[in-house]
Amino acid sequence: MKVQPTDLSPQPASRADPSEMVARPLLKEGPGEGLRRYLGQVAALVWKDLVAERRTKEILSAMLVFGLLVVLIFNFAFDLQRVEMTLIGPGILWVAFTFAGILGLNRAFALEKDRGALEGLMLAPMDRSAVYLGKLVSTLILMLFMEATVLPVYAILNNQGIRLALIPVILVGTLGFVAAGTVFAAVAANTRTREVLLPILLFPILVPVIITAVGATGIILRGGASDELASPLSLLVTFDVVFLVVGFLVFEYVIEE
Amino acid sequence: MTLSRLGSASRILGVLTTILMVVTLYLALIWSPPERTMLGNSVRILYFHAPAAWTAYLSFGVVALASILYLWRRTRLWDVIALASVEIGVLLTTLTLLSGMAWGQVIWGVPWTWDARLTSTLILWLIYIGYLMLRASVDDPERRARLSAILGIVGALDIPIIHFAVLWWRTLHPAPIAVRPGGPAMDPPLVIALMVSMVAFTVLYIYLMTARVQLELTRDAAEAVRHRRELALGD
Repeated sequence: MKVQPTDLSPQPASRADPSEMVARPLLKEGPGEGLRRYLGQVAALVWKDLVAERRTKEILSAMLVFGLLVVLIFNFAFDLQRVEMTLIGPGILWVAFTFAGILGLNRAFALEKDRGALEGLMLAPMDRSAVYLGKLVSTLILMLFMEATVLPVYAILNNQGIRLALIPVILVGTLGFVAAGTVFAAVAANTRTREVLLPILLFPILVPVIITAVGATGIILRGGASDELASPLSLLVTFDVVFLVVGFLVFEYVIEE
Repeated sequence: MTLSRLGSASRILGVLTTILMVVTLYLALIWSPPERTMLGNSVRILYFHAPAAWTAYLSFGVVALASILYLWRRTRLWDVIALASVEIGVLLTTLTLLSGMAWGQVIWGVPWTWDARLTSTLILWLIYIGYLMLRASVDDPERRARLSAILGIVGALDIPIIHFAVLWWRTLHPAPIAVRPGGPAMDPPLVIALMVSMVAFTVLYIYLMTARVQLELTRDAAEAVRHRRELALGD
């Protein structure tokens, strides 16, 4: 069927309020409307990713199994019966989290690239930063699922108690990870070597997050005072803010073309 | 054309760099006395170590600036400048790490400790190695320039973040038992040698930049000529 050429021409002004055609809303709408619509777009993108994940179960299962394997391998590497767990436990946990997270990040953009879905997203009438936030939130949710499974299994296998204070540390640490990770996963997806390149680009950038997250986790596992946690937590929050702002600003340059 | 002007500037800078480097070598190795308090002759390593570190940071600053300008103006020249500056910066960081290890071996008895500054420098080195690998992995010139500009910006913004994280991390662990320079003020001849070396390395950086940018632009021109010839032969 042939599309009528008139359909492609701009809509005649009589059909819509001219003021609406000139300035596309954000400011013209009532206060908060533009923001609400933006958040709606982000939520739709997150929903899309989660539905796709529920149907394929590709990413979460891979992250989970890999995270558990890392914990298992460390058990043999260090003979965990004999070493002080509070010293190396935080490191084991964050290596498991970040390595499994790399798998998730790679897969998140490989899916979009493989079937040309990214072009579809770019054609959608919304700000490119919504794509960034959508991917960030869906990856964050998947990673939190994975961590919520790996952490208790790790605790049971190594006779460790779980402390609730770990939750905020894992939350802000993972947020920093995906804030920078989403940008570089999109960068890596656009290269020839793809998956191989992501950890090489991302880990040096993320060393600050990993250092402080491991430090804060260590303080909690040792049962350190809560005021000891203040400085690593505030550092982590600062890193999160920096990575979020930079990612937000820079992302549109990654997926342009 | 600008290319030939760049060439003559590069030649002049080359001569200037050679003279300054010879003077630096003389001042650092022969003219200046050994340090009196504790470093002795090992202080001579610092005349190369500190300027290399300074120019390395300078080059990564230039990378960030050129990357921002590239994303803004989209001219090939900014991408070439960023590329040249990363390559030189990685070279200088490597020299910084190696000369630091030589000095550490003499003073600390070990080439490496996980001291805050050493750790930050190593991470920095890895970020820009990654930058070069990223470039090698993208064929389309426009995309390569754009993606590496993003890394150039994020990498530079990461430098203060790494600094703070590593500083905090170091306070958790026992500080390395190390003799640190700079307790008593340095003798004037030592300061002079260091300053001259700083200038020499800065000029060296500018010289290498002009040479590398000229090389890349020449490559571009050669590529354009070949392309035109292929088109002509095809007809």
